[in-house]
Amino acid sequence: MTALLEMRGISKVFPGVRALDNVSLSVEPGEIHAICGENGAGKSTLMKVLSGVYPFGSYEGDIIYDGETLACRNIRDSEARGIIIIHQELALVPLLSIAENLFLGNEVAKNGVINWGEAYQRTGELLKKVGLNELPTTKVEKLGVGKQQLIEIAKALAKDVRLLILDEPTAALQENDSQKLLDLMLELKAQGVTQIIISHKLNEISRVADRITVIRDGASVSTMDKHEITEDRIIRDMVGRDMAHRYPERTPNPGPVLMEVAGWNVWHPEQGERQIIKDVSFNVKKGEIVGIAGLMGTGRTELAMSIFGKSYGQGHKGSIKMHGAEVDVSTVPKAVKAGIAYVTEDRKGLGLVLEEPIVKNITLANLAGVAMKGVLDKRRETKVAEGYRKQLAIRTPGVQQKVVNLSGGNQQKVVLSKWLFTEPEVLILDEPTRGIDVGAKFEIYTIMKELAEQGRSIVMISSEMPELLGMCDRIYVMNEGRIVGELDRSEASQEKIMALILKGEGKAA
Amino acid sequence: MAQDKKSSALGDRLRENGMLLALVAIVVLFSALLGYQGKTFLQPQNITNIFLQNGHVIILALGMLLVIVAGHIDLSVGSVAAFTGAVAAYLTVNLGLPFYVVIPLTLLVGGCIGAVQGYWVAFWRIPSFIVTLAGMMVFRGATMWMLGGQNIGPFPKEFQAISSGFLPDLTGIGQPHGLTVILVLLAIGAQFWLGFRARARDAEFGMEAEPMALFMGRTLLIAAATAFVGYQLAYLKGLPNVLVVLIVLTVLYAFFTENTTMGRRIYAVGGNEKAAKLSGINSDRLVFACFVNMGVLAALAGMMVTARLNSATPKAGTGFELDAIASVFIGGASMTGGSGKIVGVVIGALIMGVMNMGMSIMGIGIDYQQMIKGLVLLAAVIFDVYNKAK
Repeated sequence: MTALLEMRGISKVFPGVRALDNVSLSVEPGEIHAICGENGAGKSTLMKVLSGVYPFGSYEGDIIYDGETLACRNIRDSEARGIIIIHQELALVPLLSIAENLFLGNEVAKNGVINWGEAYQRTGELLKKVGLNELPTTKVEKLGVGKQQLIEIAKALAKDVRLLILDEPTAALQENDSQKLLDLMLELKAQGVTQIIISHKLNEISRVADRITVIRDGASVSTMDKHEITEDRIIRDMVGRDMAHRYPERTPNPGPVLMEVAGWNVWHPEQGERQIIKDVSFNVKKGEIVGIAGLMGTGRTELAMSIFGKSYGQGHKGSIKMHGAEVDVSTVPKAVKAGIAYVTEDRKGLGLVLEEPIVKNITLANLAGVAMKGVLDKRRETKVAEGYRKQLAIRTPGVQQKVVNLSGGNQQKVVLSKWLFTEPEVLILDEPTRGIDVGAKFEIYTIMKELAEQGRSIVMISSEMPELLGMCDRIYVMNEGRIVGELDRSEASQEKIMALILKGEGKAA
Repeated sequence: MAQDKKSSALGDRLRENGMLLALVAIVVLFSALLGYQGKTFLQPQNITNIFLQNGHVIILALGMLLVIVAGHIDLSVGSVAAFTGAVAAYLTVNLGLPFYVVIPLTLLVGGCIGAVQGYWVAFWRIPSFIVTLAGMMVFRGATMWMLGGQNIGPFPKEFQAISSGFLPDLTGIGQPHGLTVILVLLAIGAQFWLGFRARARDAEFGMEAEPMALFMGRTLLIAAATAFVGYQLAYLKGLPNVLVVLIVLTVLYAFFTENTTMGRRIYAVGGNEKAAKLSGINSDRLVFACFVNMGVLAALAGMMVTARLNSATPKAGTGFELDAIASVFIGGASMTGGSGKIVGVVIGALIMGVMNMGMSIMGIGIDYQQMIKGLVLLAAVIFDVYNKAK
């Protein structure tokens, strides 16, 4: 069989950096081809070369598509050839309807006048194809992220797609939505649509992909067939080293109970009748890592933020004790004073001031720690930041670097540094490894381990069950605002967690 | 790409130098153009006038920078300046109160106006554009109501001294003005001392040092300019009170924005309010404080203008808000908040002031002046955006 797409010796140079160095990629017709690589390895750049974002002539190497050389000047050219890319950030207009979005820029129209009847009819057909039961007139803002992702795919189908490229399609999706999406990919494959998927999630890749190409440091490292695929091999190729242990070895040594949350209830900030957190009780011991498992949208982030200075919700009820004594956590400064720190899941939105340098971000939550009577001691401030840079191995030329220029893993370390500088006893880490690559994940795990060994307590919220199982001493399982179970390290497994979630769902219904 | 990232701090500094060079270039340009017409641009009277006639813009721009850094805007400052000027006039002329009562009282009125507007913006989350647009209309009307459509004036000498007075020569030398000479020498010394101290600190922090030639070139340029201005002023009447107030305020605000926890927090709120809040920063209170501060400075500017014109008029302060906002953006602040420097803003205001004066002396009509000023504002911001995109 001849390949549908053959990229040969692609190199792309930006001023000062070689983003792609002689990369080759071959995609057979009708297959699902996965591309793996750490953040910054060059996956997205490669796809931008393919889709014409970087026009023909701005890169070296050849792209043979469907037997002839592909020379796209822009995205329009590549779309005309049936190459359609769905980016990580969805490109839908929230206030327009599904039908309007599907045919945006490609309207069902004659002489500029839209034929709504036909548009709605075709929308209905496309929605059926992607398995979405919604009216064509529904506004996109009313749909969840999972459904929006399906709309994106429907939009691609509307354009007679031959090669569909999905850039981390499940990054923002919950488990069940992800499964639906992967099923749809397999269905499209059966209909003959060739697909490229870029993903971090190894279990998904091994489920849908026929072949995998691993990219590292701007070069293709290997391509393997389905029967050769193992997670360990992918990881080894991605990071360029063997990772026998994906989690650092640690011996749990928990002390007495440090923080105790009892009977915690929180209501929705706008819709006062909606209870988001329902009678939650849990505790953390000194030096312990406790996990909170659960699907996205079950109230884990809301729980953490409501504890941390009542940053979420209203009508808070319940008690929070530190060292056995009740503490006031009604504002962020009070929660910090009580020894609690919360590292957000939304680094860019809630964690960092992106346009400010590392040093200013690190001291932001504890400016008093580097000031005398309100006047900053910049020498001390820089020393503090340098200290964390070394301790957490933040890779940057200097602490005056703006955080917007750092990779996800390094940004996460900056947010961690900010909260470590408040000297917390309990650190609540919300999805601490989301969107960062495998190598940096291991570093974050190692930092967590060291913090626990220093006697700090960690509450780890995560959607990735393997990392909870790999890191935590105990795991609480949450569902629909309730704690539905507690598992010890020795008894916990993915199956048991899922079982608790499903059982909890039955109970709530 | 890695190289671009590394030099972002240096890039900021180059930009500041660029602003300074633009100011110098504009001064040189007008000197040449006026020299061609047989006039001298840089004569003592003109130099004094630049500060006297633009003092209010610089003062408003200082406050406006904080408001803009915090992510807001204040359109009401022109009207507030007019209103507070009228209040000062009423207190002085109609009630016969002495200046040492009138000044603090007027500043208090300005602060209260800022507090009312800040209250809606900060605690009720009403967009500042709307609140201060309303304020702009309300206080323009209030000014007319207060003055009854007439001018109030003239003022006693002591009040006029706010804008037209000069620092007394305590040394008794007289010509040249002894105190001015001493202060100018101190200022030049301070520039070198602070500059070298900052360099030493950067080196210690491992920050990329500015090339020595650039640093010395800039410092010598500023020192020469200071010496020249000082020399000219010393042979006229010495340091105008306005200039002293401006220098003190500039140093104070520069220190506040760069070296205090509160200043730092205002930048964080403007840069990412949610992240700042989750870091325990009370953003509402800071925004409120920025507006109160703006009100106080508007009152100060209002009194200065009133004292200079020697009467409070219903039309005073028209367009001040736009001059102040333009200075802030020419000075390099970001429209979305979170960035901008006091020094840049002062240079921005001076660029506008020098252009106003130069074009007036050249006899360019107000029509062309407006167009040219508008284009300069646009060019400065385009230059900024282009630099960032590069």
